[in-house]
Amino acid sequence: MEPGAQILQRMAGFTATLRDNGFAIGLAEAGDGARVLASPLAARPARLRQAFRALFCSDAAQWQKFDELFAAYWLGHGIRQMAKLSGTTRKPGPRSLRQFAEAGQGTPEAAESPRSDGAIDNPADRRGRSEGASRHEALDRTDFRHISNPEALEAAHAAASRLASVLRTRLTRRHQAGTRGRRLDIRHTIRRSISRGGTPLDLVWRRRRTQPLKLVVLLDASGSMSLYTPVFTRFIHGVLRAFQQSDAFLFHTRLVQIADALRDRDPQRAIDRMSLLAEGVGGGTRIGECLAQFRQWHASRVLTSRTVLMIVSDGYDTGAPGTLGDAMAALHKRCRRIVWLNPMIGWAGYEPVARGMQEALPHVDLFAPAHNLASLQRLEPYFARL
Amino acid sequence: MTRDEIADRLAAVGYIADQDLATALILMDMLGRPLLIEGNAGVGKTEIAKALADVHATNLIRLQCYEGLDQSSALYEWNYQRQLLAIKAREGGDADEIEAAIFSERYLLARPLLAAIRQATAPVLLIDEIDRADAEFEAFLLELLSDFQVSIPELGTIVARAVPRVVLTSNGTRELSDALRRRCLYHHLDYPTREREVRIILVRVPGISVALAQQVAGMIAALRREELSKTPGVAETLDWARALLGFGVTDIASDPETTFDTLPCVLKTHEDRARITREVSARLVAREA
Repeated sequence: MEPGAQILQRMAGFTATLRDNGFAIGLAEAGDGARVLASPLAARPARLRQAFRALFCSDAAQWQKFDELFAAYWLGHGIRQMAKLSGTTRKPGPRSLRQFAEAGQGTPEAAESPRSDGAIDNPADRRGRSEGASRHEALDRTDFRHISNPEALEAAHAAASRLASVLRTRLTRRHQAGTRGRRLDIRHTIRRSISRGGTPLDLVWRRRRTQPLKLVVLLDASGSMSLYTPVFTRFIHGVLRAFQQSDAFLFHTRLVQIADALRDRDPQRAIDRMSLLAEGVGGGTRIGECLAQFRQWHASRVLTSRTVLMIVSDGYDTGAPGTLGDAMAALHKRCRRIVWLNPMIGWAGYEPVARGMQEALPHVDLFAPAHNLASLQRLEPYFARL
Repeated sequence: MTRDEIADRLAAVGYIADQDLATALILMDMLGRPLLIEGNAGVGKTEIAKALADVHATNLIRLQCYEGLDQSSALYEWNYQRQLLAIKAREGGDADEIEAAIFSERYLLARPLLAAIRQATAPVLLIDEIDRADAEFEAFLLELLSDFQVSIPELGTIVARAVPRVVLTSNGTRELSDALRRRCLYHHLDYPTREREVRIILVRVPGISVALAQQVAGMIAALRREELSKTPGVAETLDWARALLGFGVTDIASDPETTFDTLPCVLKTHEDRARITREVSARLVAREA
């Protein structure tokens, strides 16, 4: 059975819908989709769904939401739910099948928009880098709480993301420094010697391979931290852009992954998207429960022996006692270092007496202030040493 | 082969597949794409490849990935020792002749990937735990998986005689590249449902009664709901079923002592052992059996 032109058009609409929902589907996949349509697998909707699912999905999250998208598009129900699912798109989700088809034609434009944003973004970045050293000096020591006018906040944001880049370059330079090897690589030396008739003239050395560190940030977005959240959001945005391997989560009463939202190249849009995720900001913080959740669902995937876990929080935990300590002990075993940044250390007369802070401290490798830019910059040597 | 046929044939070699998986396996043949299987440890990812090789009556070639895996241990390497011996033995001979001799197939050590594309009948190539290999190796693998040819500078290009069926597994310890994901079909394997687990036990543990298999599957399902630090997989289920059978247990409920004593087959960390105490075990038995 050859699929007709109409069905192929519907198919194109479906792939466009999937792309809008964050699926990476290239021409080859779309072509294979058409082949599946022409095969006996297309005889029953349930089989077609299974086949498309295997073909178009590429990770567990897509695997989870595929069925609803399929049902909404091909079987024509659950459309409202789909609009909710398409939270990854910038525009509000289309409401009817016809609009989905139209949205399909609009994709190239949508795909281009981040690139054009980046072009606008870059010159601004460069400007920021070449000027303003003196202005930074003044800002350096200002507590983030006292930064109120938007321009100053913007400057603080830019400085924070620049600092994140510095951290990265430090680490990679270290990676390149170990050029000269310590031990002889016998295997490769003998292999090279073949071309010299078996006399090992060209020696090959083996050097320790170093890799850049991975940074995972957990940001407390509770009410008590609200004055600091905007700056750190911007900081994390810079970190995600600078580090090849990084991840970020936000927690208040529950834990939300924000890395995907923050990877948006336009910082303002990234932060807007993140604030949508951060609903519930201002309630009490259950740091312990959130960390336990992080440990159970994300730690095995996100944390490696080369990971630095950075927790930004004031340590005011309103959850059950004990949970925080247990979670921290478990997390400490799974990663290389835990850095706890507490903005309140910068306050005059602060002592880490909050119960949560007391529970966490034994498992923290570096407990440092993070109330102004200077304190963030002081982290640099620590990270460079790791 | 239709979907039900492939499911039946997998069952005949001892692998109980759900319909999703059977569909994915059909697509593998139809579209010639590799299949990427993700899922928790112990859900039977590797077993799929073994069963697939049995179904198609071909060889299973396995490449276990690890950090630092490079081309010389994955693709090919020259047998240097023999090459050196050959050079010494023919010292004074014609240089061209020696060169032709020592860079011939005789001195080539085929590693799994090269072996897989040189087979006359398409084998099943299992690339296990691809997430453990480095990102560079992944990029190299991607190239191999799209062309199925390898170029060896001294010998020339070797094109696959038959395109192998490729199964990749990942535990998600590292994010895989989008390019690799897109190249592959994807299947997410979960812990089996209770019914499927009963069928798996019945197929893999000969001599077990249906009632005991159901009890075992029920207990394992209950244990998976507990927040254990290491959730038991299918292999643990089968070990435990065999242990119970070996101790002559026919009904878990009537023998809670042996049930508890055999739990080390399932609980593999000190923490989990401490959590599932004799009392907890007895309670689970009472509820599930």
